[in-house]
Amino acid sequence: MTRLALTRRHLLSATGAVLATGIAGLRAPAHAQGLAPTPTMRGGSNNYRPGAPLVDRIGGGGFLTTGTVRRAGDGMPLAGQRIQVWAHTTEGHERDERSHGATLTDANGVFRMDMPQIVPAFGQPHGHLAYDSGEFQTVFLRPVMASAGETSLTVDFVLVPA
Amino acid sequence: MTKLRAGLAWGAVALAVVLPIGIAANSPLLQWRDAVYVTAGFAGILGLALLLLQPLLAAALLPGLATGAGRRIHRWLGAGLVAAIVVHVGGLWLTSPPDVIDALTLRSPTPFSLWGVIAMWAAFAAATLALVRKRLPLRIWRLGHTTFVVLVVAGTVVHAVLIVGAMGTVSKIALCALVIAATVAAVARRRVWAVVKRRGD
Repeated sequence: MTRLALTRRHLLSATGAVLATGIAGLRAPAHAQGLAPTPTMRGGSNNYRPGAPLVDRIGGGGFLTTGTVRRAGDGMPLAGQRIQVWAHTTEGHERDERSHGATLTDANGVFRMDMPQIVPAFGQPHGHLAYDSGEFQTVFLRPVMASAGETSLTVDFVLVPA
Repeated sequence: MTKLRAGLAWGAVALAVVLPIGIAANSPLLQWRDAVYVTAGFAGILGLALLLLQPLLAAALLPGLATGAGRRIHRWLGAGLVAAIVVHVGGLWLTSPPDVIDALTLRSPTPFSLWGVIAMWAAFAAATLALVRKRLPLRIWRLGHTTFVVLVVAGTVVHAVLIVGAMGTVSKIALCALVIAATVAAVARRRVWAVVKRRGD
């Protein structure tokens, strides 16, 4: 499993968020200890197709993209949230309609998308995920796999009410 | 003996160019890419390979080739390099427009894109200087072309090494090392800095 929780970017943004909330916390203690929201990544929305259909799996499956969706601040798991996934896989390019699909989080805020194996494209083996249903602020992510041999990808969302 | 050495040198250069391209042509990644993407990728690999030939031709480092003939081929291959870059970027644009727009506007999340864009503009600048060479003072021409070429080589090597793509890791790094060695050898042989020193005397 590729845990993406501790990349340098996350560490830096988390450190920044801790500093920011720490300073703001002097005035607003209620928000000081909160779970920081996930920032949109550069390039995250590339080849995005709005309104990808809810699917049991994308294509023939075999590769698992999974993760959690939680609320910023208190970290409460968010059920029934729609997450869209797309990537360059063994079955199609990123821009192809058949490479896109959406799934909903379960009662524990966990989503799982069975999809074809992600293969390196544009220099890195990477996936794309989106939350853009409107209830919370839109987030686009572009996680990079640790290696092209990985058969799963774990990506967590922390959302802020819109 | 001289003929044998010349044959060995040409053979080594041919192998250094053909082997990495052959290995890339057998990459499993190609089966999951369409023709435009594959063409774009190989235009990039061909561009890297041309960077090995260019300094060898410019400084007449290949045995048995007259300086004038080498220079003429150097000019044609320079035009070929510009064409390869245009096909590389154009093909990638058709494959994934937003990724290429991010790269060209220096907003890409991937550092290798930035190095590629630096190398592209440096190559266009080096080629433009070559077009107007006769109207330039010798000092400007030599220092300018060499400076841009060094940027092309540095940018391309970092760009290529950071990419997980169709090229084999070992043959890619070996070709990059040879490109750097050939560029350093050509700058040293042509004593590019001499025009600066002469002026300072």
